[in-house]
Amino acid sequence: MVITNLNYVPGKEIIEHYGLVTGSTVQSKHFGRDFLASLKNFVGGELKGYTELLNEARNQAIERLVAQATSVGANAVLNVRFSTTSVSAGAAELYVYGTAVRIN
Amino acid sequence: MIELGSILVFLVIGYVFGTLAEKRHFRSLREREVLSQELPALVADTVDTTQQIEQAYLVVGATVIAIDYFKAFAAALRSFFGGRVAVYETLLERARRESILRMKAEAAGCDLIVNVRIETSSIGGEHQGKNKINSVECYAYGTAIRYARH
Repeated sequence: MVITNLNYVPGKEIIEHYGLVTGSTVQSKHFGRDFLASLKNFVGGELKGYTELLNEARNQAIERLVAQATSVGANAVLNVRFSTTSVSAGAAELYVYGTAVRIN
Repeated sequence: MIELGSILVFLVIGYVFGTLAEKRHFRSLREREVLSQELPALVADTVDTTQQIEQAYLVVGATVIAIDYFKAFAAALRSFFGGRVAVYETLLERARRESILRMKAEAAGCDLIVNVRIETSSIGGEHQGKNKINSVECYAYGTAIRYARH
């Protein structure tokens, strides 16, 4: 599966178009990590726990996108875009979408 | 009186450790940016099609960064008078530069990254009084291109 945020695949030809595919996950925070993060808030700096958490969630969203693309018979997803929304206090939605195509 | 004292202590801790961490981070950013100069990250989406392309794949780099106690206090003061909030500017700059470096790290062995997009979102904590965690996530993504070697 080729995933790219270009609107074409360099060096490949698009032979069929399947339309939009999406993947999303809503991720809530972990109590332990949240506690550590609140301590970190005094001194500032990177919240490594959150970075990991959001990366895991984003990978899961990509997996769902790939699963959807596979089910329609695509072998590439083009023009991939990410978006993050804070749904409520302590939860965020990670959303990824793109165009499923078949390339040769 | 005790409350005022603890606020002062937190401010000092936030200022001292926050400033130290920021200086250290900027130094490490500069060093790693010099090392990664050979791999250009472009916003343009054009690829040299005269060369044969071996691989093209999505690369992502993300960073979540928190605001320290002193910065939050300084920004609150700032919002009283209005104007530039310089303490937040450096914070966002750090997060963005770090994300770009992480994205580049994922593209190791590639020739360039095209169509780079950078997004910022605020990851809010519990908005109930004290436990509010002010943090910002920056993420950069693009398509890494590797030309075929002759």
